[in-house]
Amino acid sequence: MKLRKNVAVSEAGLLFNPVTGESFSVNPIGTEILKLIREEMTKAEIEDVIILKYATDKTTFEKDFNDFIGLLSSNNLLENEEKKA
Amino acid sequence: MILSGCFPRTTSWKMKKRKLNIAVTGLNAIDSPGPGISVIRGLREATSFDVRIIGLSYESLEPGIFMHDLVDRTYHIPYPNAGIDTLLARLEYIHEKEQLDVIIPNFDAELYPFIKLELKLRALGIHMFVPTLHQFEEREKVNLNSFGKKYKIHVPRSKVLYDLRSVHSLPSEFLFPIIVKGKFYDASIAYSLEQVKTYFNKISAKWGLPIIIQEFIHGTEFNVTGLGDGKGNMIAAVPMRKQYITDKGKAWGGISIADETMLKMTRKFLKATKWRGGFELELMKNQSADLYLLEINPRLPAWIYLAVGVGQNIPEAMVNLALGKKVKPFSTYTVGKMFVRYSWDMIVDREEFEKISIFGEL
Repeated sequence: MKLRKNVAVSEAGLLFNPVTGESFSVNPIGTEILKLIREEMTKAEIEDVIILKYATDKTTFEKDFNDFIGLLSSNNLLENEEKKA
Repeated sequence: MILSGCFPRTTSWKMKKRKLNIAVTGLNAIDSPGPGISVIRGLREATSFDVRIIGLSYESLEPGIFMHDLVDRTYHIPYPNAGIDTLLARLEYIHEKEQLDVIIPNFDAELYPFIKLELKLRALGIHMFVPTLHQFEEREKVNLNSFGKKYKIHVPRSKVLYDLRSVHSLPSEFLFPIIVKGKFYDASIAYSLEQVKTYFNKISAKWGLPIIIQEFIHGTEFNVTGLGDGKGNMIAAVPMRKQYITDKGKAWGGISIADETMLKMTRKFLKATKWRGGFELELMKNQSADLYLLEINPRLPAWIYLAVGVGQNIPEAMVNLALGKKVKPFSTYTVGKMFVRYSWDMIVDREEFEKISIFGEL
């Protein structure tokens, strides 16, 4: 689970894919998760950070995180998911 | 005797730049804009020369005629259907008054006469950097199928129609929707045979025959603008994704991107055709990320100023190539820069409109 190197993430939560020219906006927690992904944290480590900081439980985190990763993947924003630019 | 000391004594001398008289067409900065104004903005920002811009217009209400901060003087020129000799006579007159160094034609429809006149204009001391007649004809929409086959580039399947009766065979040859295109301009998506007939009539009334029917590729539209040196080398190339498209299919906003597959296709196109001059490739990427070449426009596009803005002043490079200067290929550009087009109401004195309308000069 690695965000593609050339994907730009702004402080305000805007993702820009320079290959396709697409832009995506993510909410503050999404931005934070992206930052943790960039720091090469594992899913378990990210879960610990988020559960400690926000009022959520493991089940909710698991569901939301998987949804989020699914979205990143379907939009070719993850390194290992991309086969064709 | 050995001269001692430092010469020149001052380092503040500036090289005097040559001032070029450059004539530019495509001053119709309207909702479906010609490239002229963007080209001129690039020329005005050139670092290797200064410019005096001579606008060449077809209609009296082309906005560029009245943009005096960009265009120094404008002359009407005859429409291409007036014939090559009429155009040459008019250009000779303009040259006598303005001592033109370079002409940059910016419309597909006028390129044929300008290409035909290239040698005669060169003899007068006027330079251009346009495709050869062979290159111009080979990439025409009517020849796109064979172009794709010859150069092994993915192109959508297409068929050329010369009369309305032949549309009846289309349902057995294509899946709807299909694109109905004019020879030079205009394209519409047709979802039924009835719509094909409507667009056939509408487009052929405006641009003549033939009409081109093209397979519809579902996907995202991209464009690449660039410059070929005529020897197979890529001097410049900038890919762009359209972000806002008008009802006429024109980009009203776009962003520079870093797609290596598009640059690879551009290099392949230039190497194979030895393209000479500016160009715009219209590309479509489908869901499986296959890239299709939809069209090759044999001139700079209206969004060319984005290329200037990201570090590739293509109009400047084109002028230098036209003058026979060696131009170093651009190797980089800024990714993620956007252009956002806007419209602007100018206040124009009626006298100016009268001058250009009556005398054909302003």
